[in-house]
Amino acid sequence: VASSSWQDQPPGAMAGADSDDSLYPIAVLIDELRNEDVQLRLNSIKKLSTIALALGVERTRTELLPFLTDTIYDEDEVLLALAEQLGNFTMLVGGPEYVHCLLPPLESLATVEETVVRDKAVESLRKISHEHSPVDLEVHFEPLVKRLASGDWFTSRTSACGLFSVCYPRVSSTVKAEIRQHFRTLCSDDTPMVRRAAASKLGEFAKVLELEYVKSDIISLFTALASDEQDSVRLLAVEAGVSIATLLPQEDLEALVMPTLRQAAEDKSWRVRYMVADKFSDLQKAVGPEITKNDLVPAFQNLLKDCEAEVRAAAANKVKEFCENLPEDSRETIIMTHILPCVKELVSDTNQHVKSALASVIMGLSTILGKDNTIEHLLPLFLAQLKDECPEVRLNIISNLDCVNEVIGIRQLSQSLLPAIVELAEDAKWRVRLAIIEYMPLLAGQLGVEFFDEKLNSLCMAWLVDHVYAIREAATCNLMKLVEKFGAEWAQNTIVPKVLGMANDPNYLHRMTTLFCINALSEVCGQEITTKHMLPVVFKMSNDQVANVRFNVAKSLQKIGPVLDSNCLQTEVKPVLEKLASDQDMDVKYFAQEAISVLSLA
Amino acid sequence: KGSLRNQKWFSYCIAMKTLFWNLNITKNAPVAEIHDLFCKKLQQCCVLFDFLDCVADLKGKEIKRAALNELVESVATSRGVLIEPLYPEAIKMISVNIFRTLPPSENPEFDPEEDEPALEASWPHLQLVYELFLRFLESPDFQPSLAKRYVDQKFVLQLLELFDSEDPREREYLKTILHRVYGKLLGLRAYIRKQINNIFLRFIYETERFNGVAELLEILGSIINGFALPLKSEHKQFLVRVLIPLHTAKSLSIFHAQLAYCVVQFMEKDATVTEHIIRGLLRYWPKTCTQKEVMFLGEIEEILDVIEPSQFIRVQEPLFKQIAACISSPHFQVAERALYFWNNEYILSLIEENCQVILPLVFGTLYRVSKEHWNQTIISLIYNVLKTFMEMNSKLFDDLTSSYKVEKQKLLPKKWSLHTRIKLLDERSSNIIEINIYKKTKNNNNNIKWIGDIKRELKSL
Repeated sequence: VASSSWQDQPPGAMAGADSDDSLYPIAVLIDELRNEDVQLRLNSIKKLSTIALALGVERTRTELLPFLTDTIYDEDEVLLALAEQLGNFTMLVGGPEYVHCLLPPLESLATVEETVVRDKAVESLRKISHEHSPVDLEVHFEPLVKRLASGDWFTSRTSACGLFSVCYPRVSSTVKAEIRQHFRTLCSDDTPMVRRAAASKLGEFAKVLELEYVKSDIISLFTALASDEQDSVRLLAVEAGVSIATLLPQEDLEALVMPTLRQAAEDKSWRVRYMVADKFSDLQKAVGPEITKNDLVPAFQNLLKDCEAEVRAAAANKVKEFCENLPEDSRETIIMTHILPCVKELVSDTNQHVKSALASVIMGLSTILGKDNTIEHLLPLFLAQLKDECPEVRLNIISNLDCVNEVIGIRQLSQSLLPAIVELAEDAKWRVRLAIIEYMPLLAGQLGVEFFDEKLNSLCMAWLVDHVYAIREAATCNLMKLVEKFGAEWAQNTIVPKVLGMANDPNYLHRMTTLFCINALSEVCGQEITTKHMLPVVFKMSNDQVANVRFNVAKSLQKIGPVLDSNCLQTEVKPVLEKLASDQDMDVKYFAQEAISVLSLA
Repeated sequence: KGSLRNQKWFSYCIAMKTLFWNLNITKNAPVAEIHDLFCKKLQQCCVLFDFLDCVADLKGKEIKRAALNELVESVATSRGVLIEPLYPEAIKMISVNIFRTLPPSENPEFDPEEDEPALEASWPHLQLVYELFLRFLESPDFQPSLAKRYVDQKFVLQLLELFDSEDPREREYLKTILHRVYGKLLGLRAYIRKQINNIFLRFIYETERFNGVAELLEILGSIINGFALPLKSEHKQFLVRVLIPLHTAKSLSIFHAQLAYCVVQFMEKDATVTEHIIRGLLRYWPKTCTQKEVMFLGEIEEILDVIEPSQFIRVQEPLFKQIAACISSPHFQVAERALYFWNNEYILSLIEENCQVILPLVFGTLYRVSKEHWNQTIISLIYNVLKTFMEMNSKLFDDLTSSYKVEKQKLLPKKWSLHTRIKLLDERSSNIIEINIYKKTKNNNNNIKWIGDIKRELKSL
């Protein structure tokens, strides 16, 4: 334990503390910084700013910070909290003038083993770097970066990678040259962890460099990292390549970055190709229309036909975005002659992830291609995917129906849609059923009330008696959304009678579903329907022999109370609740009393 | 596309060289002829086949399998086959066949303990290639000075990456092969250790996924065994910064046995690392995973089994605090595992020697848990432990018993309401303030002001 005097004394006033904190005197906080229990140390660290405020700026600088720097060997959880706190400490040490006092503890934190802690320390260092004056940046901050960059163990060098870009713009040209040199060294570090860190920060660093250095330095680093012996490094270079491409003038792209990017798109490791596919839209934006036409289209075709499903799925995900961003003059031709043939093959891919990735975007093509092409070329694909064996594929198609609706109207699909919906609605996996329920309101809106009443209404009612609670719950919520769409009158005619009919079901779970539906529907149906039709049923159920039903009656009354008028509450609801409040079951009593007090009927 | 080209080339090969495919390498043939044949077969075994399509090119696959078999056979049985010109050809054939980017796992949440591993489809060929490589390395004709030109750093790096294979059969071969490479090519040793380091660090801090950790640790186990004394700082660093943090991995159970073996090997080499190890394990002690806690306890027992008494004294306090915490775990397997330490005669002798320190550390826990634990086995185990202690040092035991009871009496009225508790806290703080005034008035009168603030604050509670 450090011997600084403040540790055995309580500090002063506790400014800025809220009422909760006032139960927690500062002395205890400080005491607990040294407690054996991690949780207590953690609590205390999280209130570090309170401690600092109480100590005042000077003692924070001269006593608290040295103490923290000394005790940096602690549980990672505590260190993480500390690293985060110190990023917001500038004012607590006396403002920008003194912000460099925070560097020593953060420097130690930036060298610890645990990645999460280190990253947080770097994040805080980046934050406070902006609060340094240009002079302090050179006197205090930059030397820290250099120390980290030449540290023995890889952890400090990885941390250094994230700090170059924040200090580069505000230092003198000599220091800039040094920083570039350090970055270069780290890019060819012996340890792959460091090269990975450097590769992941290459794009960000390129952005703050002068263009001439981007061309002279960054390009060679990029080329080297993109042909690293480890694919984990190469794949990170891809992302950097995209950033670099946005910085260069169009005429330099072909010579400086395209050879490397082309090579990445054909890398022997699928991870690298996956990365290219994943970043394809960004890449497309960065290189502009000409290169897109000449290079990216064939590259994209290859990725869509890649031998690894992982890569195909990533590329399939980008189909819509890629097509959208094609140059307008040749968009349709490119899609029809180059992209669509690949897409057609993907519809019958052997891997379900690929198909489902495609299904999530394929509908978007219809807006790009227009009505005629959609009907002729895309519709058969949609229909094929609607019949896919994998439910996720079908779901993805159904969830994106709105795009097609705008272009050709949903009727074109409705014949195939219905069997697909029915099948999903009855899928053996409850998660699939749950997913299709969630699209019901959307479908209902697009298909119209007639189609709905005729074909889908019975499904929605069937879900109410599903054997999985989550489905019954979702079905209840679905009814509410349908009523919002179709109106109270529709509700009264079509669903309310069916819902209320379930109140006589021999299965108590189904009787309870009636109550849950009433809870959900009362507000959207309004006072009249609630009072006239629903309330009598609720009252009747207060005599149910199952206690669970009875206490749910109490809960329902509490829930629908606000919809009812006060007369009805006093004369009808109150007696029922009072009766329930004297029920022999403890839970029924409890919820009845709760309802009475919430509705202020006591 | 690539495989198509291969197929074509292969058809060409068949057409052109069917004759020699069918030629057997016989021991009686002239040596030059054997070498020539061997070399051609190696070249032809560079042709790769598509095993994902299991019916494609069955004839070709069979021919290659037979050729590989023949090569294996001939390396294993005949002397004088491995002449210098064959080295590059052999290593090239091996590289072409085994070095590949491993496919993405079919199951993204692959759990090596629960799920069946994805087996390598091309195993019928791959196995023979590995077998050939192994025979090659183990052959009495093998000359490291020739091999090192081809089995270089780049080669080894790719070999290490293959340890991530999901197929346990492949990893098993790789393990033996890397072990031989490490044993025979001395120039690569430091490099191999460094790269294994990198794989582990990446596994611990970046991906948490690597299928071959157990195999690599197994190799390391025997490498550590051969370390010279005194231990180089590189090796100590490996222990402290790589092996100990490996204990934090989620999938520890898969490689824990090998890891614990490595750790114990280090201790047996050099007892001075004991404290690093124990403090490291205590630092990473599992907080929520009882299964891992049981593993940690198992490792601690292995360590204590070989610990030097002088080292034991250095760590006994933090160690037995942790053991006491384990004994009071509501999970009976954790408590049970910790209590089993008392069945170990060597550990028991260490405890006995240091009874004065250890008994006070664990007594309270033992006493309390013996009254409270839900599990009957634990209670009877504790009873035995208490009995052992009583026999060890009855005087100390009696003292602790009576002081425990006194303490408990004192604790009884401590069921304060929140209100009174805060009041007590007040008193405590006021006491500190008294000291504070005394100390502070000497330096700085201003501080009186904030002492007033604190008093106000405490009053407002």
